[in-house]
Amino acid sequence: MSKTRVVNQVRPSVDGKGIMQGRKGYTHDFVPDDALIVKVLRSPHAFAKITSIKTDEAKQLSGVHCVLTHLDFKRKAHTRAGQGYPEPSPHDTFVLDYYLRYVGDEVAVVAADDEDTALEALSLIKVDYEVLEPVLDFEQAKDNNIRVHPEEDIYEMFPIGFDPKRNLAAAYHMEVGDVEKTLKAADVVVESSFYTQAQAHVMMEPHTVHASFDVYGRLTLYSSTQTPFHVRRIISQTLAIPLSQIRVIKPRVGGGFGGKQAIHGELLVAAIALKTNKPASLRYTRQEVFESTYTRHPMRIDLKIGAKKDGTIQAIDCYGLSDTGAYGEHALTVFMVTGSKVLPLYNKVDSVRFHGDVVYTNRTSSGAYRGYGAIQGNFALESLIDMLADKLAMDPVKLREKNMMKEGETSPIFEIMGEGTEGTAMTMDSCKLDVCVEEGLKLSKWHDIYPRKQTNNKIKSVGMAIAMQGSGIPYIDMGAATIKLNDDGFYNLMVGATDIGQGSDTILTQIAAEALMTEVENVAVYSSDSDLTPFDAGAYASSTTYVSGNAVLKAAESLKAMMLKEAARVLHVKERDITFDGKTFKAADDEITLSSLSNQLYYNDEQKQLTATESYVGHKSPPPFMAGFVTIEIDPQTCEFEILNYTSVVDCGTTINKALAKGQIEGGIVQGLGMACFEDVHITKTGRLISNNMLNYKIPGVHDIQSLTTMFTDSFEPSGPYGAKSVGEIGIDTPPAALANAVYNALGVRLTSLPITPEKIFKAMKEKERNHA
Amino acid sequence: MKVNGLFKPKTLDEAYHKLTEHSKNVVMAGGAWLRLSNRTVEEAIDLSVLPLSYVKDRGDVVEIGSMTTLHEIETDDTIKSLYGGILSQAVSQIMGIGLRNVVTIGGNVVARHGFSDVITPLLTMRAKLHFYKRGTISLEAFLDIRGKTTDVLEKIIIPKRKAAGYFKKVTKTALDFAIINVSVTCDEEGFSVAVGSRPSVGQLAYEAMGLLNQAKDVDEKHIDLAAFKAADLLKFSDNHRGSQAYREELTAVYVKRGLLAVKTCFNQRGGHDD
Amino acid sequence: MINITFMVNHRKHSLEVKPGEYLIETLKRLNIHSVRRGCDTASCGVCTVLVDLKPVPSCATLTARLAGKNVTTVEGIHDEAGALADYFGLEGADQCGFCNPGIALSVHALKQQSSPITEADIKQALTGHLCRCSGYVSQVKAIMAYLKDDAHV
Repeated sequence: MSKTRVVNQVRPSVDGKGIMQGRKGYTHDFVPDDALIVKVLRSPHAFAKITSIKTDEAKQLSGVHCVLTHLDFKRKAHTRAGQGYPEPSPHDTFVLDYYLRYVGDEVAVVAADDEDTALEALSLIKVDYEVLEPVLDFEQAKDNNIRVHPEEDIYEMFPIGFDPKRNLAAAYHMEVGDVEKTLKAADVVVESSFYTQAQAHVMMEPHTVHASFDVYGRLTLYSSTQTPFHVRRIISQTLAIPLSQIRVIKPRVGGGFGGKQAIHGELLVAAIALKTNKPASLRYTRQEVFESTYTRHPMRIDLKIGAKKDGTIQAIDCYGLSDTGAYGEHALTVFMVTGSKVLPLYNKVDSVRFHGDVVYTNRTSSGAYRGYGAIQGNFALESLIDMLADKLAMDPVKLREKNMMKEGETSPIFEIMGEGTEGTAMTMDSCKLDVCVEEGLKLSKWHDIYPRKQTNNKIKSVGMAIAMQGSGIPYIDMGAATIKLNDDGFYNLMVGATDIGQGSDTILTQIAAEALMTEVENVAVYSSDSDLTPFDAGAYASSTTYVSGNAVLKAAESLKAMMLKEAARVLHVKERDITFDGKTFKAADDEITLSSLSNQLYYNDEQKQLTATESYVGHKSPPPFMAGFVTIEIDPQTCEFEILNYTSVVDCGTTINKALAKGQIEGGIVQGLGMACFEDVHITKTGRLISNNMLNYKIPGVHDIQSLTTMFTDSFEPSGPYGAKSVGEIGIDTPPAALANAVYNALGVRLTSLPITPEKIFKAMKEKERNHA
Repeated sequence: MKVNGLFKPKTLDEAYHKLTEHSKNVVMAGGAWLRLSNRTVEEAIDLSVLPLSYVKDRGDVVEIGSMTTLHEIETDDTIKSLYGGILSQAVSQIMGIGLRNVVTIGGNVVARHGFSDVITPLLTMRAKLHFYKRGTISLEAFLDIRGKTTDVLEKIIIPKRKAAGYFKKVTKTALDFAIINVSVTCDEEGFSVAVGSRPSVGQLAYEAMGLLNQAKDVDEKHIDLAAFKAADLLKFSDNHRGSQAYREELTAVYVKRGLLAVKTCFNQRGGHDD
Repeated sequence: MINITFMVNHRKHSLEVKPGEYLIETLKRLNIHSVRRGCDTASCGVCTVLVDLKPVPSCATLTARLAGKNVTTVEGIHDEAGALADYFGLEGADQCGFCNPGIALSVHALKQQSSPITEADIKQALTGHLCRCSGYVSQVKAIMAYLKDDAHV
């Protein structure tokens, strides 16, 4: 790789200083002063039918401008998922519905002058419910007599295994070779079931949206969304207003992690604005974020591995049961990733099967969340690999090294499984997983500790796991970029790519600056405004660096070619006879600065605007890889443990921004540790969420992590911009399995359900003692 | 919560009379949690205008004004020296500094929340509460009173003793409410053991204390038995932070660790000599 | 309604507030946008401001009690917040930034400490500030580096 000046360096986030100084930036900072305050009446029942709804009293309350119920909307099934079109999620949702399918589902919506009035109006809406028995246990959902979606007017956009009569939002089956046969012939077979919980995103900024009409009469939304272009499309399709009449602006977003990929308040606020002709604003309370957006899909994964005595893994058989809750957002695609971005880690098997069901229940919906099925699958697979090593009396690291994916190799799964559709065959042009493992062993001082070390009254132990993810959705999700040359020779970079705090504005600016041989300060970035920036699918599926980054690189190269042409014209030479160093175009005996050239172009001679727009859609989805190593210290009496260190060695190709890449990994690790250690969901017997606020749902705080060691391997992905792959999701995948393995290495008990709390370990220890007695 | 009026009393007497005047009048301590309640308050009595924020060393006792914030308590040197500093330690583990700058010890004690990390150590510090009308009562006696408190807490009184103390809060994550909290002290009157967040509020383990305090020379056997008794005889139950069984186990472990720690520490100081 | 007079970022404000009104709502009325709501239960630290240089969650601080007090939001420490941002940038500690204004204020409060500031002090100051992006380690490092260069360590 040739030396880069701006890429693969540290650059502070382009918006970091303004944000720290408290400048206006986030959606709620831009609410018009005269905006109506929107509040939503939510279902107190897990499953119910509205038999009557009276809004007269609420409407008559002074200060109330609008009350909408299901009777006010034309019934049109859609999905909130926020994916490309046609969506691989069932169209099973109505803007407001007479069926309520979870505690927190939307009953009615009110717009008033202020919040107090809106809340009072909610209390004046009289609803009669026919309370129905809910399905709360996802293991009882399939073919249950109770149907979560009894209505007839819902459908799939293309075959995804949707069968609401059986409470199936999606189903999937694939097999390579003959798994049953291989398992029968294997020397050793290990199997176990694993459970993962409905982790909440808990981005710091609650979901926020407001809508108003601009002077041209167009509906303008500000939304804290990850997918402004999908939001625009879904509003148009669902509320039947022309796409041309909608503008969606995504300002700064206070974190997403997948939780803002879907549509949340956008349809309601747009409907209120259309109905009242007034600006309207909705900000979710934290309780609404917990109860009424969505979570990670809880899953049960039944996994079997067959291997030879020498540790050659021959077959992997995986059945998954996924709980999509009340609505089927991302039902199939998250489920498929549980297989497609996990099982290829061990690519040399004779046969592999992945199949299962995604069921409806009367719980808060599940949806997109960083890791997107891979973290669930990784917990199962990487736990079972350690269990296999144990059975084979083999070192778990050696077992991995023998079987894992290596550079230049492939897996048949890539071709079979995409996201909701068939996949794309690819070989690993960059895969430094072997280096990740080797370096991680050193950095974590693995060999000094493995499997455990007694220290005073505590036990120190280590555990590890490997992981892979993807880089965008090939042949489906597109990103585009426009670069404009200005007088004096600075640039505007306009991207549809959605900065949700991960720093995409910064790294895309770095890519543009590198290609244009300038500095970040010379490129003014603007992103995610459906009127002003080109299209981009959005911030999901680890796509921005790879897909949008490639688009920016192409646009920069394109603009550079245009500039060279103009310079050649001015200097009276051929383009190939000019060199450009970012500031000056030099020919053999003449030169012109970029600044002069652009001033000429805009003011003096053969005036014209130079602008280049390019787009990119992936032809493959090169996986980033990583190895994660956790060091814990556990009190064998109480089973309380402390995370002493987490070592991550990552192959994400070239890091566009070393500091931001580290931030993606470390943030992912800590989120993954939260899921591994204590983040948990509690409901009452009737399906009401107990963990619906930040007092009862705890995310990691500064005292929960002692230290993080993060390193990137030298790696270059030929198809990525400057050799980059994605880095947004890979960090979250390894902690659950690494922790489970560390606990096993410390105490000899195997935890197969998340979160792995001290109390669960304690119970497992008691169980083990009983079995020994 | 809807607050219709704010009353700024000039004296404790005014505050007390305002409180008893209407059943929907309430004393407002830190006022941090009004938002979380659905009640309507007629008048909130703002104690912050009275001089109730102090830590006073009276020689034989330390008095803490009811409006002293948790962060003031955490950083106060007198309190750091009381009973091995367990109150400072306990307070420093409650939420963040920001909230500890708002919430007060009086508000925490009077609310009698099961998860209180303040009540448990105070019990083992032989704390007394001084109410405006009722006068001084022990913290244990206050915890036994059922129903709403219709009196104004003025201060908390802690005896100054040569003592050793141990406090442990067991949580799933540093910022969470406790699964249990355990406080153990030893002073010239003997050992005190209290366990809170069971999940109900802190309580002294009288049987365990009796056993220890009647023993001539406390050895590990007494300690084991006392720890067992605390776990066995105090009432524990399940909630989503922990099960009854796990709480009992944690109690046995940490009461023992606490007793060993305070015994060693107290002995090292030569028992009655500081 | 209660009439009170207090200072926000060295500017005097006299206004009427409701008895149960929290400072976060009052600041929004005063067009201060940097104090944002994260949780509704005083658990996240996003809305932290300083009252007489002490950090408090503005969602748990009653405005009616602030007569004569000095409230500081991040607008009041503009240059200092900018300097801190540079260190966050170099460490990769800033991502979505929603928690950052509150953190900048807690760092400002920490600087009032007379004894040298340790890593433990920084962690204690960050205790109430939840961040879902960074994993905290980089934040602690960035603040430590900033304080070192600012001669507070």
